[in-house]
Amino acid sequence: MRHIISILMENEAGALSRVAGLFSARGYNIESLTVAPTEDESLSRMTLVTNGTDEVIEQITKQLNKLIDVVKLMDMHEGPHIEREMMLIKVRAMGPAREEVKRLSDIFRGRIIDVTETMFTIEVTGTSSKLDAFVEAIAEADIIEVVRSGVTGIARGEKALRV
Amino acid sequence: MCPNMRAFFLVFCVAGTREIKQVELTGADIFVRCLAEQGVEHLFGYPGGAVLPIYDALYQQDKVQHVLVRHEQAATHAADGYARSTGKPGVVLVTSGPGATNAVTGIATAYMDSIPLVVFTGQVPTALIGNDAFQEVDSVGITRPCVKHNFLVKDVKDLATTIKKAFYVATTGRPGPVVVDIPKDVSVARAEYHYPKRITMRSYNPVSKGHPRQIKKAVDLMLTAKRPIIYTGGGVILSNASRALTELTRLLEFPITNTLMGLGAYPATDRQFLGMLGMHGTYEANMGMHNCDVLIAIGARFDDRVTGNVEKFCPTAKIIHVDIDPASISKNVKVDVPIVGPVDQVLKEMIKVFKESEAKPDAAALKAWWKQIEEWRGMDCLKYDRDSERIKPQHVLETLYKVTKGDAFVTSDVGQHQMWAAQFYKFDKPNRWINSGGLGTMGFGLPAAMGVQFAHPGEQVACVTGEGSIQMCIQELSTCRQYGLPLKIINLNNGYLGMVRQWQQFFYDGRYAMSYMESLPDFVKLAEAYGHVGMQITRPEDVEPALKKAFKMKDKLVFMDFLTDPAENVYPMIPAGAGQNEMILV
Ligand SMILES: Cc1cc2nc3c(=O)[nH]c(=O)nc-3n(C[C@H](O)[C@H](O)[C@H](O)COP(=O)(O)OP(=O)(O)OC[C@H]3O[C@@H](n4cnc5c(N)ncnc54)[C@H](O)[C@@H]3O)c2cc1C
Ligand SMILES: Cc1ncc(C[n+]2csc(CCOP(=O)(O)OP(=O)(O)O)c2C)c(N)n1
Ligand SMILES: [Mg+2]
Repeated sequence: MRHIISILMENEAGALSRVAGLFSARGYNIESLTVAPTEDESLSRMTLVTNGTDEVIEQITKQLNKLIDVVKLMDMHEGPHIEREMMLIKVRAMGPAREEVKRLSDIFRGRIIDVTETMFTIEVTGTSSKLDAFVEAIAEADIIEVVRSGVTGIARGEKALRV
Repeated sequence: MCPNMRAFFLVFCVAGTREIKQVELTGADIFVRCLAEQGVEHLFGYPGGAVLPIYDALYQQDKVQHVLVRHEQAATHAADGYARSTGKPGVVLVTSGPGATNAVTGIATAYMDSIPLVVFTGQVPTALIGNDAFQEVDSVGITRPCVKHNFLVKDVKDLATTIKKAFYVATTGRPGPVVVDIPKDVSVARAEYHYPKRITMRSYNPVSKGHPRQIKKAVDLMLTAKRPIIYTGGGVILSNASRALTELTRLLEFPITNTLMGLGAYPATDRQFLGMLGMHGTYEANMGMHNCDVLIAIGARFDDRVTGNVEKFCPTAKIIHVDIDPASISKNVKVDVPIVGPVDQVLKEMIKVFKESEAKPDAAALKAWWKQIEEWRGMDCLKYDRDSERIKPQHVLETLYKVTKGDAFVTSDVGQHQMWAAQFYKFDKPNRWINSGGLGTMGFGLPAAMGVQFAHPGEQVACVTGEGSIQMCIQELSTCRQYGLPLKIINLNNGYLGMVRQWQQFFYDGRYAMSYMESLPDFVKLAEAYGHVGMQITRPEDVEPALKKAFKMKDKLVFMDFLTDPAENVYPMIPAGAGQNEMILV
């Protein structure tokens, strides 16, 4: 199963490579990984999407917790949560296709953020599956470039990942 | 006290204020002060450009004794032997580049067996890092997968705190090696010296107590057992919990088996002890495991050399597992009652709960279980040909046990000789059996023995080795000479990389690819060339007199080259992928 794991770690040089190294050394999958500092600049927050059986996920969280730089982590699937990913997509669209692309973008609540005579650059935010669906829907048009931020997530309600 | 040391303790009052300001020290002096304050008595190392400032500071003090090895791998193994035999961290200092890479094998060896080491590596000056500078390697990157943690110190102001953290992380929780990389300019720069007494890290809080409810659950399950077995490992020794383990095992009257890493945690001469388990474990231990209904695993990590095929492992057992590392629990084998905590505390709590409980173990069931176990024990699975014309390695080890009255520290290398030592030397005390289990590092035995001897100057220290392994760190005979270490080296010379040959005989139809050792040196002359005593023993009847003679030479290193039966194999053996009940017997 797919899991989103959020990690608070010491904002130290090399912290990222400890996580990446752990995944490659132990043969775990990484679907995506994002990292940035938080409001407390001594901490970074990393969001990692992985998949595996329950046993594998259990080992992954235990091994991550064992890293000395990891302060705290949360498997988002332990409770209700919100998942977001951002995508920038550049498509070639001319003639009647331009209208179609605009319409699709609206349906997916995308925003056209750059335009030329032949191109649109669209920003779409949502769950990964929504972004996948958009890419699929627009496949008719000529996709030039796709950039995705990787998944971030946060628990719903009172629950929070903080020190 | 040398002049520099005196400077360390100098404080002066800033005129007009009552504020006390400390003298600024160089990074190198801070390093030495921290080690002294940490109680480090021995530092195993080898100098080089990047650590010259530190060596200069070491030269001017007398608190920390530096031991000069002949290869950095040996520095790490020596520190490791020191740690395993004392429970204290082993400390190493090497230079950048090749010094650091040479140390890696020893760091990985300690990592696999959870041994506390603090390894200091010199680094090129911070301004040159990343420039492919002379003798630069990314030591933090290279060691990352085989350390518990590592640090690069970029500012001399952080040096003392980092050293404190390194010792703290290495020795607490599940112990392990920690590397501290110190660029040359950091050793030269100055800062105020302050070594923190205590340290806390928000991201690192090892568990100090097992959960009471889980402990109660475990004791309840033990009391229902009809065919229980206790399976313990290195964690008992690391947790200094032999006494508690022995008490609990005797109270329960359950059979007990130890892993290769756990030998000595329970007295091997005791009736309740079934010997080692696993690939080369005894018949009774492995059959006991396979047929048990409650398995009590303590400080052991269900290694594949122990479990064999996990699909076939302990098919009828409910499993209790005590370990300080949650990641060890349910990693290879799913368990029923996990307890995360230090062995010592958990066992003491179990004893308390057990004593307070009304219930007693099922005596009738236990009696029947012991009857079954005694039948298995009756197979005498470690038997060997005692009338052979050739020296049998097992005979040498039994005699070593006899001559040293079971009271020596025994280190070993890796191979058949290691297994025979584990099977035939009966360790009644912990911290006396010193070997590389997880990584299986040939070359470990001799330098590890040096570390043990430094920690225990008056004790008998034997290194059981093979003609293959000993040649991997043979240069350390020179270190032994320099420091007058009276080790007894038991070279079980079978002319083969015996463990490899055994697998080729069993699983590759006897195609002995590269497992025969040709052009061996004359070990007697070699020992003599290094200034030691050499002996060669060729006949079974000479084994005992030779060992006696060697151990009488209390201040000499004696290298004993035993020419043993080249065809001897280690039995029993569970072939890879088989179940614990599928042993090859003699
Ligand atoms: C040639 C060869 C043959 C081998 N054959 C065998 C064999 O037949 N049988 C065998 O047993 N091994 C054998 N081994 C060794 C094997 O590879 C493993 O090293 C060994 O089985 C692991 O022992 P262990 O389970 O005790 O774990 P260790 O590596 O000693 O691990 C200790 C465990 O205890 C935990 N721990 C540490 N400190 C504490 C604490 N304070 N409190 C609680 N828990 C703690 C750790 O988290 C870890 O899980 C062989 C090795 C070689 C090289
Ligand atoms: C550094 C290293 N290289 C290779 C091996 C693989 N290996 C395991 S046992 C062994 C043979 C050891 O030979 P020897 O020291 O003569 O011991 P014997 O088995 O003959 O008792 C080898 C090559 C190893 N464990 N370590
Ligand atoms: Mg050999």
